[in-house]
Amino acid sequence: MPATPLLELRGIDKSFGPVQVLRDVAFAAHAGEVTALVGDNGAGKSTLVKCISGIHPTDAGEFVFDGRPATIHSPRDAAALGIEVVYQDLALCDNLDIVQNMFLGREKLNGIVLDEPTMEQMAAETLAGLSVRTVKSLRQHVSSLSGGQRQTVAIAKAVLWNSRLVVLDEPTAALGVAQTAQVLELVRRLADNGLAVVLISHNMNDVFAVSDRIAALYLGQMVAQVKTTDITHAQVVELITAGRSGGLGLTAEPGQGRNGTDGQPAGKTAGGDR
Amino acid sequence: MTTTAVQQQGPAAVTPAPTIAGHARNYWSRVRGGDIGGLPAVLGLIVLCTIFSIARPSFLTAGNFANLLTQGAATTLIAMGLIFVLLLGEIDLSAGFASGVCAAVLANVVTVLGFPWYVAVLAAVVTGVVIGTVLGFLVAKIGIPSFVVTLAGFLAFQGIALMLMEEGKNIAVRDEVLVAIANRNLTPLLGWLLALVAVVGYGVTQLLRQRNRAARGLVTDPIAVVLARIGGLALILGVAVFILNLERSRNVLITSLKGVPIVVPIVAVLLVIWTFVLQRTRYGRHVYAVGGNREAARRAGIDVDRIRISVFVICSSMAAVGGIVAASRANSVDPNTGGSSVLLYAVGAAVIGGTSLFGGKGRMLDAVLGGAVIAVIDNGMGLMGYSSGVKYVLTGVVLLLAASVDAFSRRRSAATGTR
Repeated sequence: MPATPLLELRGIDKSFGPVQVLRDVAFAAHAGEVTALVGDNGAGKSTLVKCISGIHPTDAGEFVFDGRPATIHSPRDAAALGIEVVYQDLALCDNLDIVQNMFLGREKLNGIVLDEPTMEQMAAETLAGLSVRTVKSLRQHVSSLSGGQRQTVAIAKAVLWNSRLVVLDEPTAALGVAQTAQVLELVRRLADNGLAVVLISHNMNDVFAVSDRIAALYLGQMVAQVKTTDITHAQVVELITAGRSGGLGLTAEPGQGRNGTDGQPAGKTAGGDR
Repeated sequence: MTTTAVQQQGPAAVTPAPTIAGHARNYWSRVRGGDIGGLPAVLGLIVLCTIFSIARPSFLTAGNFANLLTQGAATTLIAMGLIFVLLLGEIDLSAGFASGVCAAVLANVVTVLGFPWYVAVLAAVVTGVVIGTVLGFLVAKIGIPSFVVTLAGFLAFQGIALMLMEEGKNIAVRDEVLVAIANRNLTPLLGWLLALVAVVGYGVTQLLRQRNRAARGLVTDPIAVVLARIGGLALILGVAVFILNLERSRNVLITSLKGVPIVVPIVAVLLVIWTFVLQRTRYGRHVYAVGGNREAARRAGIDVDRIRISVFVICSSMAAVGGIVAASRANSVDPNTGGSSVLLYAVGAAVIGGTSLFGGKGRMLDAVLGGAVIAVIDNGMGLMGYSSGVKYVLTGVVLLLAASVDAFSRRRSAATGTR
């Protein structure tokens, strides 16, 4: 496991008018790991993701990407760093086929003509690299795909561009049992292939099934970021609903707020005494 | 290597040997799934032509065939532009009178002001571009629904056309070149030559594409299907040119009348250009994307407003071209040019051809197929001696049929998940 995280956020503040949505948030995502971002509705998960992807500017705080300070002012900056976000509503065009969707907005050209063979080849390679065997033809319209297959296409679209950090917003929210398993397997494979994966989910089973770390937001504050193996189901639920659980969370003593293995700030209190 | 994420390289694509049976099965399952494309229009054409030729043998003459083509040309050209707008799920109700305004500009420039024909054509097309830009701006930037914007345009352009013709005088178009567009024919030899160029051009691009894909190990259509397509085009063009090259004059001693009407290659060239734009360029891909899912297109970095404005520009410019052809055919422009049923016929042509009113689905060829259906109804009913009233009713019924086929195939594709 690499010692320094691929992406590290420190002291992120974000307000919309009088409402402070994020308070001094610290967050880290490591290459080769799945970091689950959990929190109740309104805890600030989406805002944090939008700050990472450059849609919202942050009020204060610093980004460190790959060991170097980085500034992300627009989605373009994020894409240039290799940060891709797969949104909950997928953003696929039903009337286009898989290849066309994967390259939408970034089509390969040959002169002024679309270079279909190259795009089809690259799409096939990417899907093969993710061991996706479930789609019949790359020229199928997306409207003919199942929910799981659509999610697969959306994820493949995100990793097509030498991306290094993929953020998945509730990828299994609308899926059945079998398809959820399929997508979680894919999420795991992304991390095994060396990407940093941030998984937003409400489903504790999913979180414990694939994540290496869990970061819990509570009312705009990062209350804990710990290894999945060091925490129980019940503790995570407590963190989400009450912001604290035993030694973890808002009122934790500084020493116990850290998870102890890699010394990253784990909570408001721990972050506060930096 | 496309991504750092890919560690093991799978086979580029599993390439099952293409078979004709498999191809036919695929096609049939697409049709059953609601992706019927131009099938209803083609079937409708066959049925209508059969009925009319049995009822009125004069329908099936070379002279009437040539007539059909020039009658349907203006509608088809306007429908081509409308398809771009329909692909975004928008509508342009002003296209008919926009063509009228552009025709009025043409007639004024060439007849009243006495400029050469190419200046007049340029002025007409520029007028179309300006109209489209204004409509597109109001729709995309101000955010008024296209239905309302173009309904206002429908009224306003009618007025502008009237003013350009000083309250209703008609203006003659006598320029040789302009009149030739819809009233003169190519020499028989030139007709054959153009048909040959079209077939060879189509064949070469198809075969090159086939070879390119096969060389990269991608799925290809069976070669027999590709050859059948090329052969089919050759057959259709060959028969059409042969018939049009027959003598159509009632009395050869007075005048000889044969060859492909000049307007036919004009429509054909525009068909090829716009098909290329829609299917093979980044712009065309973005038009489909915006029509399919505007939000997805926006997130993919596509400038949605620019695309929305551009389709109105294309639509009004094609309306200008349609107006020029209409002016040429009538040898004059009057306040009713582009009025009455022109717009509805053009929308009808696009929808009958298979373009969806819901956006995201349609091809350039739809305009030609649908335009042919409309022209055949118009022409055949006229020959049968029915009144305009009956004609309108039947065209309305056909349009309704086409729209129900569209709605039905949408439901069907929603149910089966194919499109």
